[in-house]
Amino acid sequence: MLQIYCPYCQELREETEFSYSGEAHIARPLEPQQLTDAQWADYLFFRTNPRGIHHEMWYHASGCRRYFNATRNTQTYEIYETYPLGQQPALTCDIGGKR
Amino acid sequence: MERYSGFSLFKHAFSHHENWQKAWHSPAPKPSYDVVIVGGGGHGLATAYYLAKQHGITRVAVLEKGYLGGGNTGRNTTIVRSNYLWDEAARLYDHSLSLWQGLSQELNYNVMFSQRGVLNVGHNLQDMRDIERRVNANRLNGIDAEVLDTKAVKELVPIINDSPNIRYPVHGASWQASGGVARHDAVAWGYARAANSLGVDLIQQCEVTGIRRQAGAVVGVETNLGFIAAAKVACVVAGSSGVMAAHADIRLPLESYPLQALVSEPIKPVLDTVVMSNAVHAYVSQSDKGDLVIGAGIDTYNGYGQRGSFQIIEHTVSAICELFPVFSRVRMNRSWGGVVDISPDACPIISKTMIKGLYFNCGWGTGGFKATPGSGHVFAHTIAKDQAHPIAAPFNLDRFNTGHLIDEHGAAAVAH
Amino acid sequence: MSQPNRLSVGGRIDRSKPIEFSFNKRSYEGYAGDTLASALLANGVNLVGRSFKYSRPRGIMGHGAEEANALMQLGQGAVTVPNPKATQVELYSGMVATSTNGWPSVEFDLMAWLGKLGGPFMPPGFYYKTFMFPQAWWLRYEKFIRKAAGFGHISQQPDPDIYDKLNHYCDVMVIGAGPAGISAALEAGRNGKRVILADEQCELGGSLLASQQNINGASASDWLGTAVTELASMANVVLLSRTTVFGYYDHNFLAALEQRTDHLGPTAVKGTRQRLHRIRAKAVVLATGAIERPLVFGNNDLPGVMLAQSVSAYINRYAVVPGERALIMTSNDSGYQAALDIQSAGRTVVAVVDCRYHAEGRLAQMARAAGIEVITGHGVIEACGSHSVTGAVIAPLDQAGDQITGAQRSVSCDLIAMAGGWSPVVHLSCHTGSRPVWDEQLIGFVPGPNVQQQYCAGAVVGHYTLAHALSGGAAVGAEAAGAKVPEIHFDCGDETEAQAQALFLIPHSKSVSRAPKQFVDFQNDVTAAGIELAIREGYESIEHIKRYTAMGFGTDQGKTANVNGVAIAAKALHQSIQATGTTIFRPAYTPVTFGALAGRDVGSLFDPARYTATHQWHVAQGAKFENVGQWKRPWYFPKAGETMQQTLNRECLAVRNSVGIMDASTLGKIDIQGTDAREFLNRIYTNDWSNLKPGKCRYGLMLKEDGMVFDDGVTTCLSENHFLMTTTTGGAAEVLAWLELWQQTEWPELEVYFTSVTDHWVTYSLVGPNSRKVLEQLCNDVDLSAEAFKFMDYKAGTVAGIPARICRISFTGELSFEVNVPANQGHFVWQQIIAAGEAYDITPYGTESMHILRAEKGYIIVGQDTDGSLTPQDCGMDWIVSKTKAFSFIGQRSLHRSDTARSDRKQLVGLKPKDPAAIIPEGSQIVMDPNQQIPMDMVGHVTSSYWSVCLDHGIAMGTVKAGFSRMGETVYCPLVDGRTLAAEICSPVFYDPNGERHHD
Repeated sequence: MLQIYCPYCQELREETEFSYSGEAHIARPLEPQQLTDAQWADYLFFRTNPRGIHHEMWYHASGCRRYFNATRNTQTYEIYETYPLGQQPALTCDIGGKR
Repeated sequence: MERYSGFSLFKHAFSHHENWQKAWHSPAPKPSYDVVIVGGGGHGLATAYYLAKQHGITRVAVLEKGYLGGGNTGRNTTIVRSNYLWDEAARLYDHSLSLWQGLSQELNYNVMFSQRGVLNVGHNLQDMRDIERRVNANRLNGIDAEVLDTKAVKELVPIINDSPNIRYPVHGASWQASGGVARHDAVAWGYARAANSLGVDLIQQCEVTGIRRQAGAVVGVETNLGFIAAAKVACVVAGSSGVMAAHADIRLPLESYPLQALVSEPIKPVLDTVVMSNAVHAYVSQSDKGDLVIGAGIDTYNGYGQRGSFQIIEHTVSAICELFPVFSRVRMNRSWGGVVDISPDACPIISKTMIKGLYFNCGWGTGGFKATPGSGHVFAHTIAKDQAHPIAAPFNLDRFNTGHLIDEHGAAAVAH
Repeated sequence: MSQPNRLSVGGRIDRSKPIEFSFNKRSYEGYAGDTLASALLANGVNLVGRSFKYSRPRGIMGHGAEEANALMQLGQGAVTVPNPKATQVELYSGMVATSTNGWPSVEFDLMAWLGKLGGPFMPPGFYYKTFMFPQAWWLRYEKFIRKAAGFGHISQQPDPDIYDKLNHYCDVMVIGAGPAGISAALEAGRNGKRVILADEQCELGGSLLASQQNINGASASDWLGTAVTELASMANVVLLSRTTVFGYYDHNFLAALEQRTDHLGPTAVKGTRQRLHRIRAKAVVLATGAIERPLVFGNNDLPGVMLAQSVSAYINRYAVVPGERALIMTSNDSGYQAALDIQSAGRTVVAVVDCRYHAEGRLAQMARAAGIEVITGHGVIEACGSHSVTGAVIAPLDQAGDQITGAQRSVSCDLIAMAGGWSPVVHLSCHTGSRPVWDEQLIGFVPGPNVQQQYCAGAVVGHYTLAHALSGGAAVGAEAAGAKVPEIHFDCGDETEAQAQALFLIPHSKSVSRAPKQFVDFQNDVTAAGIELAIREGYESIEHIKRYTAMGFGTDQGKTANVNGVAIAAKALHQSIQATGTTIFRPAYTPVTFGALAGRDVGSLFDPARYTATHQWHVAQGAKFENVGQWKRPWYFPKAGETMQQTLNRECLAVRNSVGIMDASTLGKIDIQGTDAREFLNRIYTNDWSNLKPGKCRYGLMLKEDGMVFDDGVTTCLSENHFLMTTTTGGAAEVLAWLELWQQTEWPELEVYFTSVTDHWVTYSLVGPNSRKVLEQLCNDVDLSAEAFKFMDYKAGTVAGIPARICRISFTGELSFEVNVPANQGHFVWQQIIAAGEAYDITPYGTESMHILRAEKGYIIVGQDTDGSLTPQDCGMDWIVSKTKAFSFIGQRSLHRSDTARSDRKQLVGLKPKDPAAIIPEGSQIVMDPNQQIPMDMVGHVTSSYWSVCLDHGIAMGTVKAGFSRMGETVYCPLVDGRTLAAEICSPVFYDPNGERHHD
């Protein structure tokens, strides 16, 4: 069971207070109508799904009700950082999830 | 290949079992193959077997980074059924079910396919509407299915809690008598032995680290044992599909999640059928050894750790105790996790890719075991002919572009 | 004396408290402080079970969690427990225990003949090779196989006990209260940290409980007493005995099971039987100790073959010496301790057989000095006896212990104590994903690299001497507390130990495949020959060996078997033990009661139930309820003698002809405020909200980004920047998260705030031609006339004197008013409305009539008529999809994909049964040609279907491929019962198609 630091509440809280919301930093296209079906599908469905470093969104559903980002290792489940929406991660990786 | 039988056991007993042949050999990889299959789980081994058996393609290697059948094949709760809602899925899983029947004889390896029946329990009015809908669809698709009321459920499973006053009472169930369970390891081993005897090379401890391409076509794979050339590379690596796709610089519509399961200590048999309840997340059968084999709900986050969060186990066991109060004093012996690759429509991807010679068979999510024979069969066809088997055709990658999804989510027939 | 093996002095048992118990229907006596195992051994009982596969007689081999054989059926009736290990069961008065197998009795077991005769034909994996012919017979074979399945049985009665859970946060979690753990807890505690010390046994102390050593001059027992007193005096230290930490999860989360009343017996139970401790620790100290390995030799499973350390523990802790004439087989110094203990207990030590050529350690010297014969360079190659040990065969071995080098000889004995070296208890560290590492020097696997804030001390890292365990424990205790390591010296006189020898399989004069069975995993009847056979057949990975032979799959999870098994496999494969690796230990370290995992979350607390403010009124009226999400919603309100259909007919007619009332409070309600609230709605709903004025309501449809219908409901404009959104009952939480998601992630520039107000307001739908007349009696500050209060208007006012929000919206097609008042006044208002409606025979109705009434109007229920695969166009609701909004609302792009844009998709239409009396069952599949062969070509299915009393015929909705272009065509529903019902495709609006009634 994970323990997650909410960057808004500034506390380590139990995983059960949060809900997972998938890969982070996927911006909604500004003009969806201009995209081909394949480009739209890429936004909708295709994910990097790395084994290793993953930037992902969590929702503090039973807490402050805010979404935030986390950089987590999907193999070890170690959370390196959590940071508010709109910010960039301190730790970045290539497509395969390696540093 | 020496045939297995009661007589062979009898014969070998007199030589103290000192002369049994290897079920399969573990050769060093050859420099090149016609087809390289990445992933030595049940689906990959079945694919290799049918490539050799049905299509005469025997210059085939199965590359497994760990040991054969060590991923989800050996970690699942072994439920086999075909009562899927949508025509495309029903065809695929029923094709598989028909191959399950007779698989032990075909492989000459007892996979212990035990058709003890599968119940999917409904707990509210909408569950029952969904069950009615699915059973009607099943019947018109030629799949055996019935709707049972609470009384009939109780007759099949006398220990189920049929009180109308519990939080989520049992309203009824769907029943597929031809469903059941099988011995998961035996499926991998049986296919491995049969494929190997047809000339397929099974190479364990061989991890693919790259997929080499030239001019948009696959030419082989980089591995920890060196480069292996092949014009066709077929990835059947379940939870690791995203990792393998990254080797080819593509992405897939998949996310990998931990899925946990647990077994109790062995107890004297009390449960003859498979009981599944999506509404309360309880999936249970009892093995021939006496353990209760229980599938848990899926963890919520992406994970490759083959382990998940404890509260999932707690919730699952609550649901089991709610449905079967007599299990309260039984003890959990072991829990573990696998890595399941979930697609947006909870249906598999059996498909060519934009890269010539690169094939993927993935996205089976929480329910791939039951499809093992069918999956291998249609995937072998797809690889051999470089064209989708008719049953596999709807499960192409292009459906995510067109929107032609096969949405099993809606039908509550998603899990396991 | 009735306990022939009980010593008259010593031990930690209380001889003044005799305890009666029964085993296999015979009565015995033990003492307080005994385990069931020690009490049985005291009484000379050591045939306690039959083995799983070959039905061989089995005795007690260990004294704790490592026990593989002594599985019991404990207690009777509803409280019976299957499979506890006798070594872990504390004796209580009146205990009734039986063996879990053996028929007709464990002494005379008929299955044993089958095991003896059939054994040669049942090598590992034999079932993969047979039972295949004929194909159809597998279920018959299996029925027979299942007769032999399982150990204990469960009761058919419900569990009378309750279980609970406790959450902890601590600085230092110390697991294991042996010398290392106690020492660590003392240091962490002295440094003021919040410490939890947990141990599976009834007393803290671990190996100290049976130790004869001194610590800094005091006896181990006295040192322990002082230490525990100090720990207990610290307010920052929690001591948990009878508590097994069974799982070590991510981010230093641990799960521990406390046995609270099991040791009292079922009659004395008060409170909770077991408690699950959920612990989050900043640092974890693993002081889990080590388990002694058995030695693998012929017939080593005979009752009377025991672990040497266990023999010592029985003597020193329980004052029980489990044999008269003991032979010790050892590969290290530990066996000599057992020899000394046996001799001190006044029994005969036949000899210590040591495989090492030189045994000159401290304990060996003490043994020789005590006159015990030491036979070096030898091994016990076979135990003799039919139901228990009567002797042993020993033979000289080469230096590596691989070959017999000379003549063998027999010795007579009734106890063989075996000391095969130590296996550190690495299980918990493995749970974290760390793989253990083989240590050649220690001859054991030790924990791999830490992946969490974890420390290890004592035998788990190979610190086997008492002094080393104590000092190591103190060091990591301080370290885990972030303090300086103290300079404490422990003098226990055991600082040195001679090097042990690796000995995993003692050779026999016959080859492994022909020798008497040499057991590796006792519980699962896995032998050395079985492991070699698996490898011979190509099952070469240690995981394959495990799965093929079932080694380590038992309820002891191979605690005594794994290392021997791995080593035997490594040798057969000609590779190192490190390269062979080990299988992965998983939670639970020892088995955990399901009831404890479930805790209180069963029965009515399985999932919270949500009730409306008027629930008790509904109950009093005899309403039947339906679960919708977590809510209990009135389904229908039957009167005495009515069938369900009669009730529905009455309710529907009341609504259509006079007035009905429905409690719609469960609908999700989200208060939306902010200067950009309107723009936000434009983006999240399919339709346009730009021109909705304050005081107006509008129906909205929400899509997921894939274009499929997700939720719907009416949103009211309360003021320019203030809206009240309603959602479906089941979808409320998901919709709120959905709104937050888009606002926070994509559109933070929009000023808009969301608050769930579902529980703050009740919602009563007052429906029917007389609804206005009823409401007029209670509402004098709002003009309810048709001219002043139009359809889809909203007005604030009072109802029965209570401030209310009133909307003129309709889900039935009738004139209706939706009255919202604060929930805590809801019940009062409901009663007032009922009273005011008496003159009009106001009729409460439930969800079922609501469904009928809306279906008559063709309104969809999201989740019933839709299933996540229908677009608004598929639902015939293109009218609600804006074509002019500037912003590409959520889901819009997906509607234009090549497949979603097709005109021949499944479309939601009305279905009128050809037989007006027929009601097509919901869920029926729809075909165009009922006479086709199976598999049939299905074109859709019936989503909703009812008897419409107002129309006097059945009505239905369903999806049909290209249904919009097939109006008037006939479709067929082949039913399970063989009938086929025909229906005509029609508009789903069956009732008042021009919408005249709700505009009144």
